[in-house]
Parts: sequence; C-alpha cells; structure tokens
Amino acid sequence: MAFLHRHRWLTPYLLLAPGLAWLAVFFAIPLGFLAYQSLQEGTFEFGYSFGWAWGNYWDAIDLYHKQLVRSFVYAGLATVIALVVSYPLVYWIAFRGGRWKNLFLLAIVAPFFVTYLIRTLAWQTILADHGVVLDVMRTIGLVGDDFRFLQTSTAVVAGITYNFFPFMALPLYVSLEQIDHRLIEAAQDLYASRLQAFLRVTLPLSLPGIFAGTLLTFIPAAGDFINAQLLGSPDQRMIGNVIQSKFLELIDYPAAAALSFVLTAAILAAVAVYARALGTEKLTG
Amino acid sequence: MSVAVETLGGGRPGALTRLIRFARHHVLTVYALLAFAYLLVPIAIVVLFSFNDPKSRFNYVWEGFTLDNWRHWDAYPGLTDAMKISLEVAAISSAVATALGTLIALALVRYGFRGRGATNLFIFLPMSTPEIVLGASLLALFLNLQFATGFLTIVIAHIMFNVSYVVVTVKARLVGFDRHLEEAAMDLGANEWTTFRKVTLPLIAPGILAAALLAFALSVDDFVITFFNSGSTTTFPIFVWTAAARGAPPQVNVMGTMIFVVALSLMAVNILLQRRREGRTP
Repeated sequence: MAFLHRHRWLTPYLLLAPGLAWLAVFFAIPLGFLAYQSLQEGTFEFGYSFGWAWGNYWDAIDLYHKQLVRSFVYAGLATVIALVVSYPLVYWIAFRGGRWKNLFLLAIVAPFFVTYLIRTLAWQTILADHGVVLDVMRTIGLVGDDFRFLQTSTAVVAGITYNFFPFMALPLYVSLEQIDHRLIEAAQDLYASRLQAFLRVTLPLSLPGIFAGTLLTFIPAAGDFINAQLLGSPDQRMIGNVIQSKFLELIDYPAAAALSFVLTAAILAAVAVYARALGTEKLTG
Repeated sequence: MSVAVETLGGGRPGALTRLIRFARHHVLTVYALLAFAYLLVPIAIVVLFSFNDPKSRFNYVWEGFTLDNWRHWDAYPGLTDAMKISLEVAAISSAVATALGTLIALALVRYGFRGRGATNLFIFLPMSTPEIVLGASLLALFLNLQFATGFLTIVIAHIMFNVSYVVVTVKARLVGFDRHLEEAAMDLGANEWTTFRKVTLPLIAPGILAAALLAFALSVDDFVITFFNSGSTTTFPIFVWTAAARGAPPQVNVMGTMIFVVALSLMAVNILLQRRREGRTP
C-alpha cells in the first residue's frame, strides 16, 4: 500500500494489466498466429510449414470471390432492410412510446433472449415447405405448388435480417430518443411541412444512430455462416461457411486463415468507404 | 351533397371511410404493431413447438398438443449435459470477465494516463471483429501451441470476448458518477481501499451486476467462437447445431423457452428495480 502511495501514477496501469494481458494473449497474439498460418504452404497429409506463401491470398480471392461478394450482398441487403423496417418502429417508440418505452424496447431485444441457433431454426419452421406461410400463400394462389423459401437467398437474407435486427434498432433508438422535440417544433413554426421537418431535422440528427446500427449489423452479418447453413443450400454459401469448413472439416488451415484476413480487410474497406460517404454527406447537408 | 351520398350508400362506405381515416391517423401505430408481430412471432413459434407432438424426427409441422416434452425435458440423451456445460462455462467466464473488465473500466474513467486513447481503441477491436475471425485466430493459437481444445479453451475464449462488453457496460455507469462522494470519504480520513470498498463499489454495483448478466447471457448464447475452440466438448448451442442436421428434438424448444423466460424475467425485474430507484430519488 505504501509503495502504491508513493507511485500513484502506477495505479491505472495496475488496474489495466490483468484485463489487457488477457486480451493481448487471447485476442492480439492469436491474430498474429492466424497471419503466420495464412502464409504457410504444404498439405494436410504432409503437414504445413511457413514459407511466405502469399499465393494463399490470391487463391482465396480467386477461388472464393463469389462467396465473398455474396456475403457482402446478403449482409448489405439485410442491413438496409433492418434499417428501413426498424426506423419507423423505433421512431414510434421514441416519440409516441410514452411511459411504456422500456416495455417496447424489451420487445425489440426479446429475440436475443432466444438462443441464436434456436431462433434461426424457428425461421426454418416458419418458411418450411409445409409451414403456415407457404400453405396460406399456396391456398390463395399467390405462389405455385413448387415454390419454396428454404434454400433460397430470400430465406438466408430474412434470417440474417431477423437475427441482427436489435443491433440496428437499439442504436437508432438511442439517437432518436435524444432528439430535442423543440427543434422539430421550431422547424414547423418556420413553416416546414412534417416531411421537411423530418428530412431536415430528425433524419440528420439520427445519423449517428444510423451509422452505429449499420456497422453493428453489417460486420457480424458479413461473417455469418449459420443462416446460410440452416436456411440456405450450397448455392447460398457465404464466406463464413467456406472459412468454417476449411478450418474445421477440410483442415486446410492456410486457406482458411488467408480467407479470414481477406474477409476482415474487405469489411474494413467497406466501413471506411461508408464512413467517408456519410461523413461528407453530413458536411455538405 | 356528400352527406347525401353517404346516407344513400348506407353503413358500409361510412365504416370504410372511417377505417381509412383511422388508418391514416394511426398508420405509424399500425406499422409498429406489425413490426412487433414480426419480432415476436418466431419466439411464439419456439414456445408453441415445445408443445408439439412430432410424428417424424423433424419438429417442423404442427401435429398436436402434448405436455410430454416438458414432462420429459431431460429425456433426450446429451441435452442436459450440454446445458450443464454451458451454464458452467457462463458462470466461470462471466465472473472472470466481469472482474477484469471492471478494473479496466475503473482505470479508463477515473484516471488520466498515457495510452488511454489506445486502450479505448484496443478494447473496441474484439467487438468489431467478425466472430469467425476471433474463433479462427484463437484456434490458430491453440493449434500452434499444441494446446488441446476443450472445456478450458472455451472458458478462455468466452472471457476474451466478454471483457470488452463488460468494460463498455461498467464505463457507462461510471461516467455519471459523482467523484465528490469519494473525496468526501477521503476527507473524513478513509484511505483509498476503504473508500473504494465503502463508497465506490456500492455505487457502481448495479453496473457491475448488469455487466455480469450480459456476459453470462453472451456466453450461454455463443456458438461461432465456441464451435472453433470446443474440441469434443459440447455446449448447448453446439448440441443444437449438431441436432439440427438430423432434426432437433422438441426438448430443444423446451430449453430455449426456459432460457427465454429466465432472461425475460431478469430483464423485467431489472426494469422494475430501476423504476423504483428512480421513484425514490426525487
């Protein structure tokens, strides 16, 4: 204690040390090992050894660009749908929720209380060939007899959208909730129509929420493989499915490691472009 | 004229107009109800199908009501063991992660020191990395060190991804914290440790509890990172994954419903306590 008293500047570092050490050993250093593994060459039978095999990266892009692009398209679609669907909902909660706001928010996070895999299986049930939705659609003649949802892109995107929906809705809610209602009233006093007030006041003020929600939805969605596995067919394989099977089933570590870094780099690039686009819009708008 | 048309047309067009007028006024409310239905129907399906009596091994089509799945909730081989492992992992990992994360949060909020910005960024990184990359890199570490994956590696992984969430949660609580209270305690002769124990800790306890619950929930729910680092150990989500391939038994829905009810109750209690606390302080 006396030692600590004399060296007060040490206290924060001592508080940080155990936690940061854990993250260093089990988060940062493993990324280094993954990088090391991504540059290995060889085969499963004869073992892998390090050899600056940059070719793994070209192979990864060359062989799996289709799955990579598909992942980004699915994740992008899911993000946009989640944004469009959740915006009016959280707007309603923030502005009309009254004293039940917390209860409504609880309904938004409720899906998170059902285990991820189980709620995805629930979508399997909903969209099943003899499930309620298709039966009704068939009965009223909306779709033909051999139309199906499961094992289509629609099912996978629907699953991803549902599974990451709260990640979009919650940050949106926080930014809408903070808006000073007097600003909107002021706009209307100055003869802005309701639409104009929304477009010029509410929407710009909710941009931080849109930004945070988009990232929180898009990043996990782009790396997901559960929805494609449970709701899709091999034609809907995403990059996560490839990494998973390379790593755990085919034991092709170098390829899996290289793909992981390609995925991360692609996500970072997408985020950078998005941040720039939204940033400049804020400046000029 | 319009009145005449409406009277001539009888009750139906009047009702329709009223309906349209109502819808126009409440379009957002109607939309919100539909959106809530979208969010809650899959949960209702999970609960409903825990009472299903499937004829085949696939629990997709409603075949009839039964209480057997609930009565024999532990009848399916391996399911309860997997659940037990999940709860053990969650208990250990959330306790450790809460301790580590709370210390970091204290350092970040209470002290100015060199490298604070970098630390904040470093804490944020694991949360913004795709889970599959976290899982794969951790497995790369264990493979290269020839460390066998199993229960221990699952716990290690869960502590890793939980620390950041704990830091964020506790920090949020610490920011609105009145430091004068601590200074008052010190002025009255308490040393730093006593001040921490008697003043700081009780004040941030709700934040720590919330962080621990969040970490526990994230741990029980995690599949991706666990899947990479589990070896032959089966947690509940891994059990569901394996079972899904050959048709998950209705007992999976029973477990899912139980988890849902417990989590929802804890959440409701939390909201009620918060409301009561806010009510007490004028």
